[in-house]
Amino acid sequence: MSDNNNPKSLFDKLWERHIVVPETDESPAVLYIDLHLVHEVTSPQAFSVLNERGLKVRRADRTIATLDHSTPTLPADKNGELPYFTAEAKSQVETLIKNTAEHGIELFGMGDPRRGIVHVIGPELGATQPGKTIVCGDSHTSTHGAFGALAFGIGTTEVGHVLATQCVLQRKPKSMRVTFEGTLSSGVGAKDMALAMIAQIGAHGGQGYAIEYAGEAVRDLSMEARMTLCNMSIEAGARSGMVAPDEKTFEWLDGRDMSPKGEAWTDAVKDWASLATEEGAKFDKEVVVDAANIRPMITFGVSPDAAGAVDAIAPTPKTDPELHAAEYMKFEAGRPFADAIVNRVFIGSCTNSRLSDMREAAMIMRGCKVSKGVIALVVPGSEAVKRAAEAENLHKIFLDAGAEWREPGCSMCIGMNGDQGAPGELVVSTSNRNFIGRQGTGVRTVLASPATAAASAIEGRIADPRPYFENKKESA
Amino acid sequence: MSFEPFGKLISRTFVISQKNIDTDQIIPARFLTTTSKEGLGKSAFYDWRYDEKGNPLNSSVFNGVNPDTQKILVAGSNFGCGSSREHAPWALSDFGFRAVISSDIADIFKSNSLKNGLLPVVVDEDTHAFLLANPGIELTIDLEKCEVSLGENKVISFEVEAFARRCMLDGVDPLGHLINQLPDIKVYEEVR
Ligand code: SF4
Repeated sequence: MSDNNNPKSLFDKLWERHIVVPETDESPAVLYIDLHLVHEVTSPQAFSVLNERGLKVRRADRTIATLDHSTPTLPADKNGELPYFTAEAKSQVETLIKNTAEHGIELFGMGDPRRGIVHVIGPELGATQPGKTIVCGDSHTSTHGAFGALAFGIGTTEVGHVLATQCVLQRKPKSMRVTFEGTLSSGVGAKDMALAMIAQIGAHGGQGYAIEYAGEAVRDLSMEARMTLCNMSIEAGARSGMVAPDEKTFEWLDGRDMSPKGEAWTDAVKDWASLATEEGAKFDKEVVVDAANIRPMITFGVSPDAAGAVDAIAPTPKTDPELHAAEYMKFEAGRPFADAIVNRVFIGSCTNSRLSDMREAAMIMRGCKVSKGVIALVVPGSEAVKRAAEAENLHKIFLDAGAEWREPGCSMCIGMNGDQGAPGELVVSTSNRNFIGRQGTGVRTVLASPATAAASAIEGRIADPRPYFENKKESA
Repeated sequence: MSFEPFGKLISRTFVISQKNIDTDQIIPARFLTTTSKEGLGKSAFYDWRYDEKGNPLNSSVFNGVNPDTQKILVAGSNFGCGSSREHAPWALSDFGFRAVISSDIADIFKSNSLKNGLLPVVVDEDTHAFLLANPGIELTIDLEKCEVSLGENKVISFEVEAFARRCMLDGVDPLGHLINQLPDIKVYEEVR
C-alpha cells in the first residue's frame, strides 16, 4: 500500500475522488457531494433561490432532510398540538415540509421513527459512510468525519448550490494531523480530548485545515466517541475532522438501513479499508496531544478554548477579552471550579446525545438524586436513541433521579425551540458552544462531558466524575 | 442571487476590538427561525444593543454608529467563528456594513460573506492594531486592486480568493458558474 513514493493521506484520497473540475488560479475546484443533509433552519432561503430561478433539486436521492432545531422537546398536548416556541418556529418547520414535498426529498418529520438531530441520524441510518463527501448547512457536519468521510458545514447559498448541482466550489484546505499519544485514564472521554485539544491549539488553531485524528487514544475510541471528537473540530476552527475507517467503523455500519448489502457490502468494506493514511504521507501541520494526561475538562470562558481540568482552579485573566469573559462567567480567579454552583444541566446535542452518552450519564445518576434547585434536562439525539435508551430503562434512571427526559432535538444546545436557561444561570452542558447568550440571554455555559454534567447535576456544583467511575467499579 | 457590485468603498470604520466574536453574537439563534433573508439588520448584534426586555442599552458600543458613513466593521481576531449561519452576513449587510476587517476571519463566515456582497478583509497584525487603535478613520478599499488605503499614502494589500473576488466585483453569486459545469458533473456521475 505504501509501496509508492507519493504516500497519500485519507484526506488527499477523499478530496481526489470527488473532483469534478480541478481548481485553478482563477477558480476553486468543483467538488462532488455524495450526501446532502438538510434541516429547517438553513434551508428555506436556499429553496427560495431555486424556486425563483425555476431550478430543480438535482439529486433528491442524495439528499435527506430532518427537523431538529426548532422542534419542541415536549410532547404534543391532548389535542395533538405540538408546543412550538413561536409561530415562526412552526412556520419554519412547515416550510421544510412543503419544500421537501415539492422537490421530492425524503424528510424525517415529526412522528417519524427515524427523525433526530441531523448529525445523529446520518450515521444511525447508515447514510454516513467512509469515502463519502457530506455537507449540511450546519457547522457540526464535521461529526460525520468519524467514519472516514470528508464532511463539512456550508452556508445557505451553498446549500442552494448543492441542491441545484450536487456540487460545491472549494479550494483544497491545508491538512493537519492531531495525534493523541498514550491512552486515556478512567472517567476521561472524547469530549475531554476535544476540549483539551482546543485549549492547546486555540479556537482558531484549526482554521483553514482539514484535521485527521490519529494515535492510540483515537483508535481506542468507540464510533460514537469518535463522532464526539470530530464534531468539535469546528470549535478549533477546522471545517472538517476525520478518523480513518477501521474494523470498528465497518462493524458499526453493518446492517444499517442505508448501508450496502450482500456483495455490495463486501466490495464497500474492501474499498473503505484502502482509505487510511499511508505511511509517510505529509501533513501541512502536525499536532501532538498528550492523551494520557488529560483530565475531565470543563470550559470557564465564552470561547471553547477557555478550557481547563475540572479539578483545577480558575485562572487569573490576563487580557481584556479574558477579563470580560471572567466577568461574564463569574469564576473567581484562584478558586476551584468545583466551588461554582450549578443551576441547570443539559445532556444532549449532536456532540453528546447518542446511546453511549445516555449510558454514561445514567451510570452516574443511577440511584442518585439531582441536587435540589438544579434543573436537569436529558434530551436524546434521535427517536432511535430514545427508543434504545428506553429499552434499557435509562429513562427511568433519569426520571427517578429527578431529571427530565425529553423528545429528541437540538434543544438547549441552541435554544431555538425555547429550551433555554434563565439570565445569570450557570448551565453545565454537553453541547459544543459556550458563546454568550447561546443557551439564553445572560446564560453562563460550561461545556463538559456527559459524565461531568451528570455528576454536576447530582452535586449541584461543578463536579469531577472520576470518583463515580471508581465507586461503580467497586460496587460492580 | 445578485447584490450591489463591489468596486471601491470609501467609508469610515466602526471598531469593536473583542476577539472571537462568534456568529451567535452577530445574530442570536432566536432570530434564525425566519424563512427569509430580509430585514435581519435589526437583529444584528441584538444582545449588544438591547436588554432582555428589548430596550436599547445605554452602554452599547453600537450607540454611536452611523451605518451610512461607517460601512467598514473592524473587529478583533477570529471574527465570525462558530456556526455556519449565513444569517450573520445577511444581518451585517442589512445593518449597513459592506466590509469586515480583522487579523483573522473564520472560514465559513468568510465564504458566506463573499457570496453576499460583504467583503472580508484580513490584514496583518500591525495594520490590525493600528485600525483598532484609530476608530472611525476613513479607509478606501479597492477590490479591483486588492488594496486598502489608510490615508497619508499608506496602502496595504490584501488577499481574496480569485473567483470570489470576481463574483464580488460583478455582484453575482457563483451558482451560474456551477450550472455551467453541469455537463462535467453529469460525466463525473456516469463514470464513477
Ligand atoms: S445540536 Fe446544537 S450544534 Fe448540533 S446541530 Fe443542533 S444546534 Fe447545531
